[in-house]
Amino acid sequence: MAALLARRVLQAVAVLLGVAIITFLLLHYLPADPAALVAGRSANAQMIANVRHQLGLDLPLPLQFWRYLSGLARGDLGRSYIQRSEVATLVIARIPATLVLMACGVLVEVALGLTFGVIGALRRNGFIDRAVMMFAFVGVSSPQFVVALLLLYVFAAHLGWFPMSGYGTPAHVVLPALTLGLLGAGWYARMVRSAMIDVLNQDYVRTARAKGLSRPRVVLRHALPNALLPIVAMIGIDIGQFMGGVVVVEAVYGWPGIGQLAWQAIQQADVPIIMGVTLVSSLAIVLANLLADLVAPLLDPRIRVR
Amino acid sequence: MKRALVEIARQPATCVAVFLIAAVVLAAIAAPWLAPYSPDAQPFDGLSLDGAPLPPGSKYWLGTDTLGRDLLSRLLYGARTSLVIGLVANGVAVMIGMIVGVVAGYVSGFVGNALMRFTDLMMAFPALLLAIVLAALLRPSLWIVALVIALVNWVQVARIIYTQTRGLVERDFILAERSLGAGHMRILFRHIAPHLLPSAIVWGTLGVATTVLLEATLSFLGVGVQPPQPSWGNIIYESQSYFEAAPWLVFIPGAIILATALSFNLVGDALRDLLDPTQRGRG
Repeated sequence: MAALLARRVLQAVAVLLGVAIITFLLLHYLPADPAALVAGRSANAQMIANVRHQLGLDLPLPLQFWRYLSGLARGDLGRSYIQRSEVATLVIARIPATLVLMACGVLVEVALGLTFGVIGALRRNGFIDRAVMMFAFVGVSSPQFVVALLLLYVFAAHLGWFPMSGYGTPAHVVLPALTLGLLGAGWYARMVRSAMIDVLNQDYVRTARAKGLSRPRVVLRHALPNALLPIVAMIGIDIGQFMGGVVVVEAVYGWPGIGQLAWQAIQQADVPIIMGVTLVSSLAIVLANLLADLVAPLLDPRIRVR
Repeated sequence: MKRALVEIARQPATCVAVFLIAAVVLAAIAAPWLAPYSPDAQPFDGLSLDGAPLPPGSKYWLGTDTLGRDLLSRLLYGARTSLVIGLVANGVAVMIGMIVGVVAGYVSGFVGNALMRFTDLMMAFPALLLAIVLAALLRPSLWIVALVIALVNWVQVARIIYTQTRGLVERDFILAERSLGAGHMRILFRHIAPHLLPSAIVWGTLGVATTVLLEATLSFLGVGVQPPQPSWGNIIYESQSYFEAAPWLVFIPGAIILATALSFNLVGDALRDLLDPTQRGRG
């Protein structure tokens, strides 16, 4: 187990290093010139050159990258070109808001997915089952920003149940979390449904029924835990989807998370922040997948660690 | 082929989806003849007296946008943009994915490993974030947007094709071919490629849904197709701040994006059931 963990952590570090290299190169070769943007519109060539020197952008590329990497090793993500403060500080300040949003989004997905997946498996081809199957397709086909605007239109602008945008109270998180979670919930339901159908056909479930256990107990205590496995893997994959989704959702709802930070940085070509957010997002994706892999054998001892 | 048609005809949802796709394609091709107005025209009566966009009515069927342009005409021309990007970007993505997947699966050893590690690396990238960054900093045009989408969307295809190719390479008939003296090219194109064709067709369809959604999202954020060239996403982008007063400007294009993506997903799923019996009834 320890050896596996060590190997996986090493792999994760290698992946993050790769992400850092690619992001660095991409941002370096893009046509937008950060120095010109920082210096402002009225700057002359000399001022731009000064800014370029200040930011260290006139150094050879390998040296720039080496400086960045050695900074990373110390937990230093560099300084924002525009906000003039540490990227690490800026990003860390935004993480709690995004975590709250993502946790609530996952909660919506899992709660709805489990409920409707189990119902679908028990009432196969019934009305709810068919509706949920269709909803799964609608969910993955929906543009997130339209759903966000629709929820705002109905529940904030017309019914006034929730605030239009902002952050702070539980009421603020409802619509953003629904936007993130609702669309994926149908797909979770599909996964739970097919896993439940497999499990319900197994001998031990019949045995449990035969020895007189009530149907709810068999379904919830004996069958459901074994159907949870695909959900765990799926949450791992989903974190990756969410890291992109938060940019859209946070932009629409004015949610002050890392998605909003990234979006502002992108518009200002603030390269260090873009790098920082990309790295933190990749870290989240890698960690989520790692966790999913580590939790799987705990849920299902049949999965032996290779 | 006949079996395919019978199968598709048996599912009403898939029939509707095929019909919708046909309608969007037709709208894109025939936009100049179908559109009642030019997509850029700002007719004198396109706005109300106090300068607000007109709701759907008898003159402008779907209403007008904040600049007084006919929404229906812009949506018809927008179908061109969205469909061209959807097909081109997805075509490129499927091609890259196929090439990477086949090469990685067929050439074992260093090259194969390196390609798959790179694919894994791409999986760890937040795809949408990457696309937004690239599109924003590259000063987007139609083709740049298509390219950016292709660059983030090939990964999944590569993974699946890789797994399939690995499975095929192990099979006896490939070994037999090789022992008969067939060259690599012959094995790849005559014996492996035909087995991968179903996956290519399925992803060629399913992927269009993802691509259309991604284009709409990029355009909605203002980093996709640039106005005044209409795309379904940037129509919403241009009018999002008025969505309370003029909801039709957001929700009509939104519904069209949804319907298009949903249709491609449904048809792609039906094709998968049809072409790949091992996947039938799963997921």
